[in-house]
Amino acid sequence: MHELSLCQAILETVEARSGGRPVRRVDVRIGYFRQVVPDSLRFAWEMLTEGSNLSDCELGIESVPAVVRCRTCAATTTLDLPVLACATCESLDVELVSGEEFQLASFDVTADAV
Amino acid sequence: MGRFHRHADGTGHDEEHEPELRSVGDHSGYPETGRSRVAVLESILSENDRVADANRRLFAAAGLRAVNLMSSPGAGKTALLRRTIVELGSDVRVGILEGDIETSLDADRLEGLGAAVSLVNTGDGFGGECHLDATMVSSGLDRLPLDDLDLLLVENVGNLVCPAEFDVGEHAKAMVYAITEGEEKPLKYPVMFRAAEVVLVNKVDLLPHLDFNLNLFLSNLSDVNPGATIIRVSARTGEGVADWCDWLRSLRNRPPDPADQ
Repeated sequence: MHELSLCQAILETVEARSGGRPVRRVDVRIGYFRQVVPDSLRFAWEMLTEGSNLSDCELGIESVPAVVRCRTCAATTTLDLPVLACATCESLDVELVSGEEFQLASFDVTADAV
Repeated sequence: MGRFHRHADGTGHDEEHEPELRSVGDHSGYPETGRSRVAVLESILSENDRVADANRRLFAAAGLRAVNLMSSPGAGKTALLRRTIVELGSDVRVGILEGDIETSLDADRLEGLGAAVSLVNTGDGFGGECHLDATMVSSGLDRLPLDDLDLLLVENVGNLVCPAEFDVGEHAKAMVYAITEGEEKPLKYPVMFRAAEVVLVNKVDLLPHLDFNLNLFLSNLSDVNPGATIIRVSARTGEGVADWCDWLRSLRNRPPDPADQ
């Protein structure tokens, strides 16, 4: 359900930006903290684009890991649990460097519909 | 490799393009097809956010503050809202925008308490939307006397995932968590628990009857959202509801347009 809602949002944003040009591929960047399952997102994408003017439009998903920087020891940690802590000194005073991305990176268009 | 294989941030992923490249020859074939890449680098939710900003301007013009109240199904949002409306009394004029996939059952429970209630059924969305987005909220605002309100409480659809993603124009996000849901919920649903500025820990009247470890829950919550305000409440006994209402009243001190914060 989550992925369906997000696909709908991706579609709306792409449609608003593409100005009616045929879109062949869409690339998104999604952070770990967004809890998106790439396979579910692709499935939702196929379902929503089928029969629309975006059918056969490919979806590229770049998963961005959650990385924190420690304010105590300056080390960076890539998280494998959603626990905001430094793996080096175990400090909880950390800053999230990446992992909340929810970005439409780019889309590919063909200039002229033939 | 051709420039068409680069993201704007410099990362590449050439292999993913191979299947379609076969149909157009090698990479140099791209320009002949008239294909080009448009870098966007903006939020996937930017269309929603545009409508949310419009909602926010409406709220600012009416001089009201809005709170997006979220939880899993059955955590006690509606019961708590009933208590909240009564506790706030006549000095805070409350409007409720009630999101439900189907039925007016929750909206019916909120009638007759002195608050203006607008129901948005989300069942017309694709398969029944599992959250309120900015456009759905916008459609429900027509039925509320915004100029006569001090506080708008948006009761989102019961769901611990999707509602957290969609800004509806609120000044603050709050969530209701019931201790019957178990201690590990913040770790399983970090998106929601990170989004909430206030976490209402509901059903605390059940503490003596459960094996629930409150300190473990609070530690898990702190792991994902160290800055959250925590208010222990019971919608059944009314415990903590005054504290929650004090927090709601304190929203008056925030600028009506959050952009001015």
